[in-house]
Amino acid sequence: MWDYSEKVLDLFYNPVNQGAIEDGNEPDVAVVFGEVGSIACGDALRLHLKVQVSKDQILDARFQTFGCTSAIASSSALTEIIKGKTLDEALNINNHDIAEYLGGLPEAKMHCSVMGQEALEAAIYKYRGIEVEHHDEDDEGTLLCKCFGVTENKVRRFILENDLQTVEQVTNYIKAGGGCGSCLAGIEDVLIEVQKEAADSVRVAASVALKQEAAATAVAEAPVRTLTTLQKITLIQQVIDEEIRPVLIADGGDVELHDVDGDRVLVKLTGACNGCASSGDTVKYAIAAQLRDRVLPTLTVEAI
Amino acid sequence: MVVYLDNNATTKIDPAVLEAMLPYLSELYGNPSSMHSFGGQVKTALEAARAQVASLLGAQDTEIIFNSCGSEGNNTAIHAALAAQPEKRHIITTAVEHPAILSVCKHLEKKGYDVTYLSVDRQGQLDLMELEAALTGGTALVTTMYANNETGVVFPVEAIALMAKEYGATVHVDAVQAVGKLPIDLSRSAIDLLTLSGHKLHAPKGIGALYVRKGFRFRPFLLGGHQERGRRAGTQNVASIVALGKAAAIAELDLAQGTDPSKGSVPSEAALRDLLQRELLATIPDCEVNGGNSPRLPNTTNIGFKYIEGEAILYMLNREGICASSGSACTSGSLDPSHVLMAMGLPYTILHGSIRFSLSRFTTEAEIQHVLAVMPGIVDRLRALSPFNNDQADWLQERDVALAT
Ligand code: FES
Repeated sequence: MWDYSEKVLDLFYNPVNQGAIEDGNEPDVAVVFGEVGSIACGDALRLHLKVQVSKDQILDARFQTFGCTSAIASSSALTEIIKGKTLDEALNINNHDIAEYLGGLPEAKMHCSVMGQEALEAAIYKYRGIEVEHHDEDDEGTLLCKCFGVTENKVRRFILENDLQTVEQVTNYIKAGGGCGSCLAGIEDVLIEVQKEAADSVRVAASVALKQEAAATAVAEAPVRTLTTLQKITLIQQVIDEEIRPVLIADGGDVELHDVDGDRVLVKLTGACNGCASSGDTVKYAIAAQLRDRVLPTLTVEAI
Repeated sequence: MVVYLDNNATTKIDPAVLEAMLPYLSELYGNPSSMHSFGGQVKTALEAARAQVASLLGAQDTEIIFNSCGSEGNNTAIHAALAAQPEKRHIITTAVEHPAILSVCKHLEKKGYDVTYLSVDRQGQLDLMELEAALTGGTALVTTMYANNETGVVFPVEAIALMAKEYGATVHVDAVQAVGKLPIDLSRSAIDLLTLSGHKLHAPKGIGALYVRKGFRFRPFLLGGHQERGRRAGTQNVASIVALGKAAAIAELDLAQGTDPSKGSVPSEAALRDLLQRELLATIPDCEVNGGNSPRLPNTTNIGFKYIEGEAILYMLNREGICASSGSACTSGSLDPSHVLMAMGLPYTILHGSIRFSLSRFTTEAEIQHVLAVMPGIVDRLRALSPFNNDQADWLQERDVALAT
């Protein structure tokens, strides 16, 4: 038997808010439902909401669930949590809130709470007439787990959002890998990749922080450098030409100095840097840090 | 009231079995390998138990090796069979074996063996033509279960063995669920190796035996001392072996009486199983017996209740004091639907809501009546919570189709 909390068992044996909500065509009231899961996956939830249109508020919530003990308890819990909330407040509810309300869930059953969060989003997005599914990107990309129809993108998002560390945890949250198991190696690859990316960004952040600290100390210690406007612009141009551009050119990009307004340096990214997804980082780390370091610590850099 | 209907997971120790083993947990603690009479009397008990187990199987005493469990028996059998014919690299098994077979086969695949997994049909039955087509001169081993732990479906092991022998393959039968429930006579069989486990026939957990046909080239799996004629090292678990012997003797008697119409008015476990199955089907709509049209163990019925999920049913049953199972004991606790029911190609509506009831000779009619009294209400309650019923299931089935394409 699973180690279920008393709350889980109580809400399973005595579920509240079960059933559908009929649309009574009342004024200022809308009835909508959202659904997730599938009979193939072994659990599915249809969440019904009654919304007060003028206040954007949930008047009533009911559920119909096909699933295990904790899926039924999670659905019940979700309806209790969201009743009376505005839709925006409800959208802030996540699976951890549901698990917490239940006094915790066994990790292997976390997907039940995820299902609640997803049904809630589905219902609200449907009500708001947002055609695009919230996590549209989940449906794109390679199908990683065929048994449960989970894409690589979805696995990646869950790893990041829930800070998952093991393949087992991935299975517990989104079931991927819980069937034939033939996708387990693939999940592990994604996990390793995400962990590596996370480690890299921590390294970058750490080295930037160190540099900034060093720069700050240097500023504190060094006599404040005073530069005339002309000296400042010349020095900026010199650092850009000699130290920054060669690096960017090597990566297929380039930068030119557009203007200097007080301590605001305006640059223009060209070549591969222009429109590159990480151009923000380039400006922040590669250009601004360098200019502050070499010219004046008070400089800010903006790309135009 | 505890109604224990999970006997394919494990059984209660028969009080007579417990009584037989107790002295070997207290005053009779000698080592059967010792060269003194204190150990000698223990050895006598051990050999008596061997004779009892051999008798149940129609085997010779020297063909029985005691070990710790069914998993050990299965692992040993496969390794022994392969070691005996190292030049052959092909194994045939079925898609519905116990994990103690499937995991070993998967492992061997990684080591370069070629494994054929025979499929089963909607009734959980094998197709002997498929076996015939898979057999070659390079097949080292055919390993199959006698009866399936989840559905109780019985395979035609004697026919399988004869067919495999024509190609010179070794035949291993995992008879863990069948021993004590079905008659077996290995003296007239082509089976080379057969596994059994004590706790499935009212002996304790942690004791098992492997039958090895006389003359079979056996390579031990566990090396060390000379116990079990050098075939399985390790000081014997005497008390449990004595228990297994006693359990085997009781089972043999029981099987003989099963065919005796004078047994009296107490319904047999087969009759109770039939009652349970018949009444559940009669009172609950939308359910069916998985493998119900195949020959099955007399004690097992596996029923799919459409539109609801197995774990939820088990928790509801549990509150009524009823112990059953969804899928096998070894796979419950994981998220995947039973590989056995999947291999049978059951629709998802049935697959996820399947419950196994497995009886024993200790099951009473009152217990079955209790299940019959509560089960319809449980199914009704869960179906009332479910978004599915006969005609509303479309929305998710559409989604399934989309996912599959
Ligand atoms: S493909 Fe993921 S578990 Fe089967």
